[in-house]
Amino acid sequence: METIELECHVGVGPVVSGEALVTDDNFSARYDLDRIAGIFSRPQHKLAGQSYVDKIMVFNTAKGGVASAWMLHEMKSRGVAPKAILFNNVNPILAQGAALADMAMCDRFGDGDVTRLIRTGDQLVVQPELGLVTITRS
Amino acid sequence: MKLNQEEKAMLNGELGEPRRWAIEHMIRVGRFFDAPDLVPVTQAHIMADTESLGEAGVEFLEDIAARPRDERQVRIPMITDPRGIDFCHYKRLRQTEWMASLEQRAIDAFEAMGILMTNTCINYQTIMPPVRGEHLAFGDTGVVIYCNSVLGAYSNFEGGPSSLAAGLTGRTPRYGLHLDHNRMATRRFRVDFKPQHLSDWGALGGIIGARAGSYWEVPVLEGIESQPGSDEMKHMGAAMASFGSVPLFHVVGVTPEAATLEAVCDPALLDAETIAGADLENFFARYGGKGEKVDVVVFSAPQLSLLEMQSLAELLDDRKLHEDTSLLAVTSPVVAADARRLGLVERIEASGALVLEGMCFYQSYAREMAEANGWKRLMTNSVKLANIIGGYGYEPSLSNMENCVASAIAGEIV
Repeated sequence: METIELECHVGVGPVVSGEALVTDDNFSARYDLDRIAGIFSRPQHKLAGQSYVDKIMVFNTAKGGVASAWMLHEMKSRGVAPKAILFNNVNPILAQGAALADMAMCDRFGDGDVTRLIRTGDQLVVQPELGLVTITRS
Repeated sequence: MKLNQEEKAMLNGELGEPRRWAIEHMIRVGRFFDAPDLVPVTQAHIMADTESLGEAGVEFLEDIAARPRDERQVRIPMITDPRGIDFCHYKRLRQTEWMASLEQRAIDAFEAMGILMTNTCINYQTIMPPVRGEHLAFGDTGVVIYCNSVLGAYSNFEGGPSSLAAGLTGRTPRYGLHLDHNRMATRRFRVDFKPQHLSDWGALGGIIGARAGSYWEVPVLEGIESQPGSDEMKHMGAAMASFGSVPLFHVVGVTPEAATLEAVCDPALLDAETIAGADLENFFARYGGKGEKVDVVVFSAPQLSLLEMQSLAELLDDRKLHEDTSLLAVTSPVVAADARRLGLVERIEASGALVLEGMCFYQSYAREMAEANGWKRLMTNSVKLANIIGGYGYEPSLSNMENCVASAIAGEIV
């Protein structure tokens, strides 16, 4: 077992733990998802067909779509949502959406590209108030 | 974050629960982006279509709307982005009573808060264009990028909750594009071709957006030799924001903050990347479908201006759509009223097309409409719509308005 601590900017939302699903692609709740089925639906997305439910998602950045600010709240209300979302750099909309939904979200990692630092399948603990993500890897 | 006396009173709940929630929301967001304080804003514009709100979002609005009048009313002029329903036509689009009912609940809540139901993403063309230097809390990425870039106003992308918080308090956290140092160019592009059609301007925006790829990048464009008008800037900006989450661009000699290249960057430190005619051709080549049956042609995202409505009427005069193809033209209530008065709606609809108002195609349960109407192949001149609609199960084709109309008449993509 290996444990790695990653420092990031202070985020929003509660402390959560879960399994990472990582891509170097970008993210928009409006463009990329089938929110009813809980999967990535845009064919060009690198995670097309995969479920995001209860995962800790890791992306490069967020794209367009002001509506996403409502969507995290709506997704969470139905229990078909990720546990947390991490970015290299997020745009304001997703951060605003996480603030409304009380979903954990962090970005700006000091050690470099978070989509390379974290691997799919890693177990993570996200502590937004501390700006800290802990990776446990077997 | 520094708060003044009134803001502290709001945070303490002295001005009611909605304003307490609003200040708390802004503190969370402000901390995330290192905002030192809140900046007063003069207008708010909210994107809150029911497809994105969902039942949970509508209940959130209804909770605020149920408060006493002095607690629930917004403090600055506040207007709305397109809705998910045109109540005159939703049955023809096979949208459901459930959708219409949720929409009506949201509208009732907004009206109780004193929000004007303008239902438009072209408020900068039709309602109250902002002035250079005006701080705003605008939703809809296309609205924000236009107002920042073309008009020199100051707004971040404000999602619905943050717009509402701004409306309730008259403030927004001071970060991002409210700060002058974040408005300097970070990417420099030399455009090596002359965009002809609105779809070319959209494609140029899409190419730049994809290359810039971040909210924190500010492109500056050189080499634009043909003078863009408002519709050209509208399509370019909407596509740039859609492809790259970009909230601001400069065009040297055209946009107000970029009278010269030196005004927005140090040219010695920023190398120019060329965008050539071949890049434009490659961009359009990604959207195929030539010779295939077209199910629906959509002009939307952004809503059509009065001049686009006139162009469409001229293209459709004395022509009939193919019986297996639908054509939807989506505009704002203000433009629709004028277009009706001027006979444009009648001319467009004589072809079998449908003019929709106050909505936006992709915010209107596009997936459910596709299933209910058997729509798969969608053609548009909107680069923004072409970018988005694949996620809703459509196969998008992209061309200029003239080819889109010709395809709707032929029933296949020409």
